[in-house]
Amino acid sequence: MQERVRLDDAQINRDLLNSIFETPKWYWPLVGGLGLIVLTGFAAAGYMINHGVGVTGLNRPVMWGFFITNFVFWIGISHAGVMLSAILRLVQAEWRRPATRAAEVLTVFSLMTAMMMPLIHAGRPWRVMYWVFPYDFARGVYPNVRSALVWDPAAVFTYLTSSILFVFIALVPDIAVLRDRSTGWRHILYTVLALGWRGSVRQWKLQLIAGILLSAIILPIFVSVHSIVSWDFAAAMSVEGWHSTVFAPYFVIGAVHSGVSAVVTVMLILRWMFKWENYIRKEHIESLAKLLIVVATTWFFFFLLEFLFGLYSLEGPEVALRELQVFQMPWKGLFIAFLLTAYFIPVPMWMFRKVRRSIGLMLFTTILVNIGMWLERFIIFIPGLARKQSFTFTWGGYTPSPVEIVIIGATFAMVSMLVLLFSKVFPLIPLGDAKEGMILHDEIKIGKVTVPAVKREE
Amino acid sequence: MANKSVLGVFSDADTAANATDVLLEAGCAQEDFDVLTGCPYPEGAFGEKEPVHHIYVFPLVGALMGLCVALLLTAGTQLAYPMITGGKPILAFPAMTIIGYEGTLLGAVIFTILGIIFESRLLRPRLDPYDPRITDGYIGLLVTCPENKLDVMEQALRRGSAVDVIHEKGRKSQT
Repeated sequence: MQERVRLDDAQINRDLLNSIFETPKWYWPLVGGLGLIVLTGFAAAGYMINHGVGVTGLNRPVMWGFFITNFVFWIGISHAGVMLSAILRLVQAEWRRPATRAAEVLTVFSLMTAMMMPLIHAGRPWRVMYWVFPYDFARGVYPNVRSALVWDPAAVFTYLTSSILFVFIALVPDIAVLRDRSTGWRHILYTVLALGWRGSVRQWKLQLIAGILLSAIILPIFVSVHSIVSWDFAAAMSVEGWHSTVFAPYFVIGAVHSGVSAVVTVMLILRWMFKWENYIRKEHIESLAKLLIVVATTWFFFFLLEFLFGLYSLEGPEVALRELQVFQMPWKGLFIAFLLTAYFIPVPMWMFRKVRRSIGLMLFTTILVNIGMWLERFIIFIPGLARKQSFTFTWGGYTPSPVEIVIIGATFAMVSMLVLLFSKVFPLIPLGDAKEGMILHDEIKIGKVTVPAVKREE
Repeated sequence: MANKSVLGVFSDADTAANATDVLLEAGCAQEDFDVLTGCPYPEGAFGEKEPVHHIYVFPLVGALMGLCVALLLTAGTQLAYPMITGGKPILAFPAMTIIGYEGTLLGAVIFTILGIIFESRLLRPRLDPYDPRITDGYIGLLVTCPENKLDVMEQALRRGSAVDVIHEKGRKSQT
């Protein structure tokens, strides 16, 4: 049964714009605290650039560590967003309404964060330009487009540009609402950004087409981005556990798993922070939890495929790597933690309606999933590199340094801070969508029961 | 004679829909009025004419241009520095396909956005006549007609139970 409350447009505006026009007491201290962590992260990155990558735990043969793990993690989170928004728009799922904007915004900020990781990892960030920018810089040397390391920035840049444009075009009607309610410099800013929106029939029709058309174009981009990220690894022939044909779909579905979980986490926190109980309702969270069961199980199937096909080859080094991952410390501990947090704790819990409708338990399980998915990437990348060479005396290990830990921690603070700052300038739930939902909402009396229903054009 | 606009503001969708009939009776053609709302309504809810657009052409043109630019970049940069790596040909088709794919989709997205802005008739310098209450749930009926018919249309809007009638210059008259 739906718990929808009938609200008029003015009430929706007041409720959903409260994050912009009212500032709760906790807001600036929280943003300030997160900002401090971000600054610490930048200071650590500056220290690393000044002293060289020797201050990290990276050493031969493990030259990809926390930064690359974190890069793949944030790329994964970014996939939730537009994927969730795009698929729900395309199938016209009624419960998409409160989720789309949060998902799209999370996509943009996590992608920005992800893009910083390889730059920091490079040690000399400015040199990355020589490797990926199609210009010779008077050296006569152009980037090698046959390298997966050039495909990656091309794909991520395409995804980031598309996501920003997607978020912006969907925001225009809401910016017009802000324009009509603001004064001073804010009014000038919103007037410029609203592009002269008036809400004519033509503008709304094209806005709806834009949502569907851009969703349809961005979905193939979304699939390509994480596929290409997976090829950073799968195209490397010399590392055991990486050279797998199933990596692209495995990474894509893993990204969806962690991303949708992150969207649920963000939605629950926003619901609590801004008191949006009438908009982010338990039925929405329940629907997302049901979606997560399917996504998590599909991801688990690909995980099994990847693992079993590795063993099925009966190649010594591959089997030894799996043995290292599953039976030797510290990988054994991380492997068990990863399986429990990414699948075996959350999914059985989501089977119960009470859990799916419990805000606290859903917050707990979705955070668990992302701990698990971060560990998954770490377990895929590091053990393979540690046993990269065939001679035992060239084997190595990896322990992250405090510099890396601070930078990784700062990325989480940065995404949280950016989402909070966004909520101060733009609405995080689309106003037009919420209002349209109210228009299309109905109650039908069937026999002795009144059933909540939604009207939809055929 | 120059065309002028007048905006009738209505408190709800039903009243606005009925007012469109009054406008038609008063001699206003279907294409001479527009409906301004704070959220999307089902097509034809106000008896308005369905807008004609060519939005689907934009992504196709963008995709084609994006593909051309991507192929030019991949082929051009490789031919400018023809170094064989891994035994692959200088113009390696699989690698070019990946960059070409991304370029195609990026072009399609950028042109779709441009198309939406163009076809929505956005980026207009003037908003007038407009009423901020439209984004609060009121419905606006915007009539564009020759200046000498403006009074007739204003009367029709009032007969249709408009809460306010707003002229282009910002003059507001209470019903």
